Amino acid sequence: MLGLGGRKSPLVWVMHLSVLLLVVLWTLPTAGLFITSLRTADQISVSGWWTALSSAERNAITRTPDGSAETQVGDRYVIAGNVLKNGGEVVAFGRSSLKPTQFKPGEVADLGDGITLSVKADGSYELSGPTKLEGGQRIFYTARTPPAFTLGNYAHVLSANGMLRAFMNSLTVAVPATVIPILIAAYAAFALAWMPFPGRSLLIAIIVGLLVVPLQMSLIPILTLYNDIGKATAVDAHGVIGTLMHYSGLGQMSDDGTQIGLNPKSYLGVWLAHTGFGLPLAIFLLRNYMVGLPREIIESARVDGATDFQIFTRIVLPLSFPALASFAIFQFLWTWNDLLVATVFLSHQQDSLVMTGKLKDLLGSHGGDWEILAASAFISISVPLLVFFALQKYLVRGLLAGSVK
Amino acid sequence: MADLIMKDVAKAYGEVKVLSNINLDIKQGELIVFVGPSGCGKSTLLRMVAGLESITSGTLSIDGRVVNEVPPAQRGIAMVFQSYALYPHMTVRDNMAFALKIARKSQDEINAAVENAARILQLTPYLDRLPKALSGGQRQRVAIGRAIVRDPKVYLFDEPLSNLDAALRVATRIEIAQLKENMPDSTMIYVTHDQVEAMTLASRIVVLAGGGISQVGTPLDLYERPENEFVAQFIGSPAMNLLPGEIVETGPETVVRLSVGGLVRTAVPTRDSDKGLKVNVGARPEDMVPTEADEHLFEGTVGITEALGEVTLLYFDKKGEAAQVIAKLPGIHAGLRHKTLRLAADPKKIHLFSNGRSLLYR
Repeated sequence: MLGLGGRKSPLVWVMHLSVLLLVVLWTLPTAGLFITSLRTADQISVSGWWTALSSAERNAITRTPDGSAETQVGDRYVIAGNVLKNGGEVVAFGRSSLKPTQFKPGEVADLGDGITLSVKADGSYELSGPTKLEGGQRIFYTARTPPAFTLGNYAHVLSANGMLRAFMNSLTVAVPATVIPILIAAYAAFALAWMPFPGRSLLIAIIVGLLVVPLQMSLIPILTLYNDIGKATAVDAHGVIGTLMHYSGLGQMSDDGTQIGLNPKSYLGVWLAHTGFGLPLAIFLLRNYMVGLPREIIESARVDGATDFQIFTRIVLPLSFPALASFAIFQFLWTWNDLLVATVFLSHQQDSLVMTGKLKDLLGSHGGDWEILAASAFISISVPLLVFFALQKYLVRGLLAGSVK
Repeated sequence: MADLIMKDVAKAYGEVKVLSNINLDIKQGELIVFVGPSGCGKSTLLRMVAGLESITSGTLSIDGRVVNEVPPAQRGIAMVFQSYALYPHMTVRDNMAFALKIARKSQDEINAAVENAARILQLTPYLDRLPKALSGGQRQRVAIGRAIVRDPKVYLFDEPLSNLDAALRVATRIEIAQLKENMPDSTMIYVTHDQVEAMTLASRIVVLAGGGISQVGTPLDLYERPENEFVAQFIGSPAMNLLPGEIVETGPETVVRLSVGGLVRTAVPTRDSDKGLKVNVGARPEDMVPTEADEHLFEGTVGITEALGEVTLLYFDKKGEAAQVIAKLPGIHAGLRHKTLRLAADPKKIHLFSNGRSLLYR
């Protein structure tokens, strides 16, 4: 062990190896997805992504054009062309499906009746015979294509009709759906952590209890509620509220153009839904973090004359950045990747179709194309990644260093 | 900078009485130390003065104004916490300026106050550092600086030195003493469980025990004339020896026969009616001297010795029910182990307690 690991215990090596193994295990699927996203549909259908760096060999058949394409060279009739359309090289060819790799490139195959076929490595073939040719001769060949990567899938996904719009729609959903719950939860968490009032622990217990309520269960009741609100506000058609809502973009003109009601399928609705679904966890996380702040710091601020609100804004909030950032990352990920809530609470129109919905449509209309799926997955990952790296510097430990011993 | 008066102050959490019957009159310029064993309520009492704990009953007045219901910031107090409680995301300057900013003082005023406090505490070079870039002693000074800038009527210190290592503790203790020297008019209340801090810093010590005040007095008062057995044993290290006995002779000087043998004469005056009274005789380890005379306080076999160089501690083997007797002899004494030794003490330094109370106070 001395030679290899110095004085390190063998366990350290086991640990390092396990960590390495886990890292590989975790990143392998992502790497595969990424490589797949850079390959063409053909490459994907022929071989797995792990062969992407080696040349791919594939067997194929092509047919020469019919006799009308022939030319006369000397005393022979010739049909010439190229079997390869996308580059690469031919490593073998043959004249029948029984022996598709009978000949090496450059060799001349005798097809009988003086007709010969030769295929060169670059794919060019020449079919020649002493008499007029019928054409339509099948050529079996094995082509080797060098590794090739393409950004075409990305171009395809990005240039898809309405993708930019869907991207913006997703941001329109995700950003407020992240900010609103944090704003509410920070206040709530501070109160639950540091402001004694009757029934506080019961309230905390209820909020923790809300964590187990499955989102799916509440979708229908909430949508019903939204619809009812829509109807109720529609009755109030000519009131000031209705007009305001109309001009603020929240309202909706009904069919006859006179009634104005609250649109049950609007961004406001999806923000509120995401806020509601995110709040229990947000309050729980933030409260637990805030309650762990040293009591003395808060008491010290109180002795210094700070009000509860000042303690919250000047002391607790800045010190809670790590918790705020972690929750922001979580919530943004969920709302960004969410399809269910958006499908339920947003209409399927262009102006409110989110990116997940758009990608689903894209896949649907192409019958589950892998290259589209892979590329769109990466496009959709990119934003949460950006958010993560932007907030990552707040996820520091030791923010409290130096405050208390 | 004012008087602080507690009248029948009590604290209870529901049914549990933590403190009761606290009467204390603190004069301007005094440095009062609350001392007591852990759990005696000394920190609670301080937090009640600060306004961080409510007062269950009684009145607390600062500068003639009852402040029971006044929020901490308006009581004219400033508190230094045991754990410093610095705001970790603020520089030293902002930490010290925080209270003044909250109070909406002008920028000039804030700067002047902060610079002044930094100068007093020698923190000027560190004003723009974050607390995490400071040593423990510097952090504690920032905490004190935060109190100074507010120019409070009463400074409250909650075990400010207990987080520091031994050497730093001594240095910071002296700094606090100097600080007090420089601000003779400011009133300070200082909580500690360390009797050395109490003895060295206090103008008066308040010994708290069992939910009430055991004794209030100057450090030497408490040392020389403890009112009860608790104070007698709490002040001084090692604790005072208590030996049971019976008064055999009364008058301006009293003679007590000890139940473990020995006869002792003390300067505590007694009445004729005290004859036959069961008492505890108290003698500090440092007051015990070896003797050859017949009239001795204690005779026993030395069990364990601790040689500290400066003094030697002798732990005598236990005799029956009585507590272990400890003697502290100046200098180095080798080879005393397992020897039988006779000890006596100056009659002026012998205390008498009956039912836990000193016979000096009755």
